[in-house]
Amino acid sequence: MPINFIYPEFEIVRDESQCIRCRACERQCANEVHGYDSERNAMESDELKCVNCHRCVLLCPTRALKIIRTDHTFRENANWNEDAIKEIYMQAGSGGVLLSSMGNPKNYPVYWDKILINASQVTNPPIDPLREPMETKTFLGKKPEKIGRSDDGTLKVNTSPQLELELPVMFSAMSYGSISYNAHESMARAAQSLGTYYNTGEGGLHEDFYKYGKNTIVQVASGRFGVYLDYLNAGAAIEIKMGQGAKPGIGGHLPGAKIVGDIAKTRMIPEGSDAISPAPHHDIYSIEDLRQLVYSLKEATQNKKPVIVKVAAVHNIAAIASGIARSGADIIAIDGFRGGTGAAPTRIRDNVGIPIELALASVDTRLRDEGIRSSVSLVAGGSIRNSADVVKAIALGADAVYIATGAMLALGCHLCRNCQSGKCNWGIATQRPDLVKRLNPELGHQRLINLLNAWKHEIKEMMGGMGINSIEALKGNRLMLRGVGLNEKELEILGIMHAGD
Amino acid sequence: MTVDARGMTFGEINERLRTADEATVENCLGQRFIACGMGGKKITVNGTPGNALGAYLDGAEITVYGNAQDAVGDTMNDGRIIIHGSTGDATGYAMRGGEIYVRDSAGYRAGIHMKAYKEKLPVMVIGGSCGSFAGEYQAGGIIIVLGRRINVPIIGNFCGTGMHGGRIYLCCDEIGVHLPRQVKVRPAEKEDMEFISGYIKNYCMFFSDDYGEIARRHFFVLEPDSENPYKQLYVLN
Repeated sequence: MPINFIYPEFEIVRDESQCIRCRACERQCANEVHGYDSERNAMESDELKCVNCHRCVLLCPTRALKIIRTDHTFRENANWNEDAIKEIYMQAGSGGVLLSSMGNPKNYPVYWDKILINASQVTNPPIDPLREPMETKTFLGKKPEKIGRSDDGTLKVNTSPQLELELPVMFSAMSYGSISYNAHESMARAAQSLGTYYNTGEGGLHEDFYKYGKNTIVQVASGRFGVYLDYLNAGAAIEIKMGQGAKPGIGGHLPGAKIVGDIAKTRMIPEGSDAISPAPHHDIYSIEDLRQLVYSLKEATQNKKPVIVKVAAVHNIAAIASGIARSGADIIAIDGFRGGTGAAPTRIRDNVGIPIELALASVDTRLRDEGIRSSVSLVAGGSIRNSADVVKAIALGADAVYIATGAMLALGCHLCRNCQSGKCNWGIATQRPDLVKRLNPELGHQRLINLLNAWKHEIKEMMGGMGINSIEALKGNRLMLRGVGLNEKELEILGIMHAGD
Repeated sequence: MTVDARGMTFGEINERLRTADEATVENCLGQRFIACGMGGKKITVNGTPGNALGAYLDGAEITVYGNAQDAVGDTMNDGRIIIHGSTGDATGYAMRGGEIYVRDSAGYRAGIHMKAYKEKLPVMVIGGSCGSFAGEYQAGGIIIVLGRRINVPIIGNFCGTGMHGGRIYLCCDEIGVHLPRQVKVRPAEKEDMEFISGYIKNYCMFFSDDYGEIARRHFFVLEPDSENPYKQLYVLN
């Protein structure tokens, strides 16, 4: 039916004078956009299939290609914009729920960009990180309320298990299945080398990666895929996934077609079986029930590992976090609504949840008010894009942050937002062997190390500028932040003053 | 070894159980997480263990003389749990292997999200009835409900909602409740009964029931209607 035709979003501009008909673009594109017509000795393109992932552009040896947004338009309308119209056509044609991937792309405020960082001038001089020692190490876990001494005066050490991070950035949960073996290997090796952690997501832990266990957080989600004793014992910490920023209140569903070979083995389910993670854990209906799962995991691993509870940032997040802090969890991970995903219903991704900046500030405030802040560590995720976001998050009250989209970009992701297709040309969100091998873990892990080493240096410079020489002293230090263009309510929730104030 | 659980925390009980190959827990009264994650041992519990008995169980055999509470055998991988009484909700949540035998009835959500993997085939035999949501999201394994000594329907509502693998066997003449669309039901055939006879014999051996009498009765088999119940729901945006 003609209404079902949606004009391609992108146009492929091929400079015929540069093109040498080498057909590299054709070989590189898993979406089969490019083709070769031998009769005419010309390259052709089917722009309907193009997702603008730049693979062909970057691999074209003569730089003959570029992708531009089409100037074909709908009749302009501020209310019925292009996406709104197209989505109606798609649903009217199919009857399906719209499925998208990666984080919320809508034009909601990015509070990170409305917060500015302080620097010392004249008094309280800045510190030069090249000259002075700066501490980026941080520990996640329950901290003792007070220091006790034995009769002979020695310190009593009864600290709960902690995660030790050389820098306050970890790789957030992405399952093997949603991303490739090589993407996981890149993160695992980078985490080991950097002294931080990566997270298995709910897809289990591949047998090859048990050796990176000291730098691995193993996840337990509602589907309990791949969860058994060796898995729980393999990781440095266990994360209970209650929710995810990209799809709060929604479970996961990896279709049977993607449950093949090692994916099935790692999830410990038969090949071809759907992997359904229901929205709720069916044994958790209260904080008391959550406490039961927290303690059963601690008991199974003999209290050697901190337990993280990951939740999506939603309206009542402060009260929820307060409950989690009382459930016995050691760490709370809060995922903001801009967090990425391999697949989520578009409506959920774009309309459910709240920004991490507000959620983080309100949780930190609430836990302080209730005098229980030291009983948990806070990890903020859901679009941390650079080292300045990290610094702002820590000053708002986070102990550390999770990054995932940023890490994928470092591995080559071009944010084409088609992870759900399984045809990732960069070898990340795919299981096709010919595509997976495009991501070389040797180079990939080095790129992640580069990225976080660069951030570490920037964090030190920003901290030094404020006259602060450790993450510990920056934590919750909201005096170091000022808002620009924020209203009084926003400033109140963030707990910061306006610039100039 | 005998562990007198009176006044003990679950941590203290488990610490002792870890050191023994065979142990009896006396006077158990609500302590949770007993034998959590344990393998290679036999444990007898006299009394009433608390929630999450044998969670992540990895090969141990637990016999309880009394009722058990919620989340028995949660995410169990291997081993056997025998309950001389009834169990609470979410019995065998996401169990991947091993066997659970309950003499009487199970609460809500029994066998929810049960799986199977390679040689691992989890089996749950419930002597009486199950509450609502039995076998919800079942992805593998076998749930057998025998309907012994009950005066309520053998299953509650929403049995097998979202089921996409495994089988549920119900011993009754008519099911009597509405089943969700993901589930298809048929009378058990000879091969079906041969497949489960060993488990029913075990039940009869543990709880001194009459195998011959049960084997003569009528069974239904519930199976998923499609392996991919949610397949057509989405359109890529």
